[in-house]
Amino acid sequence: MTVRIFVPKDAAALALGAERVAKALSSEVEARGIDATIVRNGSRGLHWLEPMIEVETAQGRIAYGPVKASDVASLLDAGLATGRDHALCLGKTEELPFLKSQTRLTFARCGIVDPLSLADYRAHEGLKGLERAVTLAPADIVAHVTESGLRGRGGAGFPTGIKWKTVLDTPGARKYIVCNADEGDSGTFADRMIMEGDPFVLIEGMAIAGIATGATKGFVYIRSEYPHAIATMTQAVEIAHKAGVVGTSVLGSAHAFDIEIRTGAGAYVCGEETALLNSLEGKRGIVRAKPPLPAHKGLFDCPTVINNVISLASVPIIMDKGPVYYKDFGMGRSRGTIPIQIAGNARHRGLYEAAFGLTLGQIVDDIGGGTASGRPVKAVQVGGPLGAYFPRALFDTAFDYEAFAAKDGLIGHAGIVVFDDTADMLKQARFAMEFCAIESCGKCTPCRIGSTRGVEVADKIAQGIEPEKNRELLADLCNTMKFGSLCALGGFTPYPVTSAMNHFPDDFRPVPLVEAAE
Amino acid sequence: MNLHVSSRDIGERTLDIVSGMKSLEGPLLPILHEIQAEFGYVPQECLPIIARELNLSRAEVHGVVTFYHDYRDHPTGRHVLKLCRAEACQSMGGDQLAERVKSLLGIDFHQTTLDGAVTLEPVYCLGLCSAAPAAMLDGEVHGRLDADAVKDLVAEVRA
Repeated sequence: MTVRIFVPKDAAALALGAERVAKALSSEVEARGIDATIVRNGSRGLHWLEPMIEVETAQGRIAYGPVKASDVASLLDAGLATGRDHALCLGKTEELPFLKSQTRLTFARCGIVDPLSLADYRAHEGLKGLERAVTLAPADIVAHVTESGLRGRGGAGFPTGIKWKTVLDTPGARKYIVCNADEGDSGTFADRMIMEGDPFVLIEGMAIAGIATGATKGFVYIRSEYPHAIATMTQAVEIAHKAGVVGTSVLGSAHAFDIEIRTGAGAYVCGEETALLNSLEGKRGIVRAKPPLPAHKGLFDCPTVINNVISLASVPIIMDKGPVYYKDFGMGRSRGTIPIQIAGNARHRGLYEAAFGLTLGQIVDDIGGGTASGRPVKAVQVGGPLGAYFPRALFDTAFDYEAFAAKDGLIGHAGIVVFDDTADMLKQARFAMEFCAIESCGKCTPCRIGSTRGVEVADKIAQGIEPEKNRELLADLCNTMKFGSLCALGGFTPYPVTSAMNHFPDDFRPVPLVEAAE
Repeated sequence: MNLHVSSRDIGERTLDIVSGMKSLEGPLLPILHEIQAEFGYVPQECLPIIARELNLSRAEVHGVVTFYHDYRDHPTGRHVLKLCRAEACQSMGGDQLAERVKSLLGIDFHQTTLDGAVTLEPVYCLGLCSAAPAAMLDGEVHGRLDADAVKDLVAEVRA
């Protein structure tokens, strides 16, 4: 029997040498006459073990990692094809503690299936949600999503069902589903992983959204920094189209729905929904004032659902297993699961999907295993460049939209960047302002001017120039940006800055420079 | 890349690209991507043609080209090395690594080496935050970079 060996094609695995491993494996397997196929799967999310290869055995999949191309010969010598032991053998994949303790709903198939095999997708419960959706009235689909408690996973946390209902109830000859795949936040890669590892789940989610709201056209706006995701999504859409999953008749139903992949052009602000719509229309990615809401007047002034990748990719399982199944996970008003991305200076870096409610300390210390450098954790930034820096003192905060808001933070797209004690928080605060200055769309003054002034004030503090006065000025500037900016870029840049100032005041009191004696 | 194309060729090829894509909904960004893929940058000569064909003003097209970081108004070196400068890479020593790359190449960000071998660009997140510090060389991704690895990358582009 042909044995299947899995070598991830996820960009993180590729960055760590997976392509070389796949090539070495392919030629060794051929040279040795082993009856094996190499499947290029997505990543399981244990990135510190990438490239992590797996072999399918009667006992289940056995994992090995991190594998270098030079390890391939010895792995085959040891009996990789039958799952034999080796120094790099990690045992059964499903038994790995990092995976076993997860609740994988949205990422149920990621890393398991061949991303571009629709047959594999179907064999792993794929398309069941869409099959159900085509039998339901649009209002019933919307009711399902509303009842599930799903909230926008892009960061804003707005209830997805309510957004859909608004579009459903808004008359329009043409409506759109826009998938925001402009995942620009540092520390996040969940969108990229799902697009590279299980693209059909996103296509399925978008088709369900189309049927639910009466939209017939979908766009996936993917950032240009993700060429691998763009390639996989483009192929997947073609395959889905050929198979009749999307097109003039979705799964043979009376619903039409088409999907087009679009590439961003390196502007972070296009992750903001109205800037993204302008960009799709072929304009500068300038933020629009709301109202009108995109649900009323979105893309080309038509009613538009604009959702994040993970929000849309979570819909198929809600439709398949029912809203109650999904809602039963989580805490408070944060229902279901969230793919937490552990990044930066963490020992166990990768993607960990779990129900809302873990504490930050559990995530960083227990799951993430502390720092990669082995030094103490100083701060973690949660939610990307616009997210707050949390000190260890706040590690009891539960991973939940409201709990984080109560501590002046945000979970954003659920990326967590760990910093060890060598981090200089004044420098990080300065960077937040600098990043905002580089990426500001320029429409509103607090963001456009405030960010540049912020960099200057941070520099003055660092140079010891009237530090007390300048700290006050920085706090005041943050206040202006927070309440005066048009969108989250200017409005949330103060989060990393003020949190750094409040939680790490010592870093904002640099030792005064001693004039060198002449 | 870096082919010597005359303005007339640029005009004709631009017109071909625009004609092929102008029926798309919101065609400007896809057209500009295609033009950059064709020429390696967005030549000034393209702008009036695009404006005319899409019924836009030249100022509007110029505004879009200059808004987005991706579009270049001049050719790059033979290779483009993008170093991630965002927080996750900073937490793993990305800043020191960037300094090292700059000194190895003898250039700053947004510059091209005198021999035309490589252009160095900053990028704010490649989504490889779990494999930081990360870089992209001509579309190929590299993670967990250290001093030795960047030395190899630099040697590769210089070869």
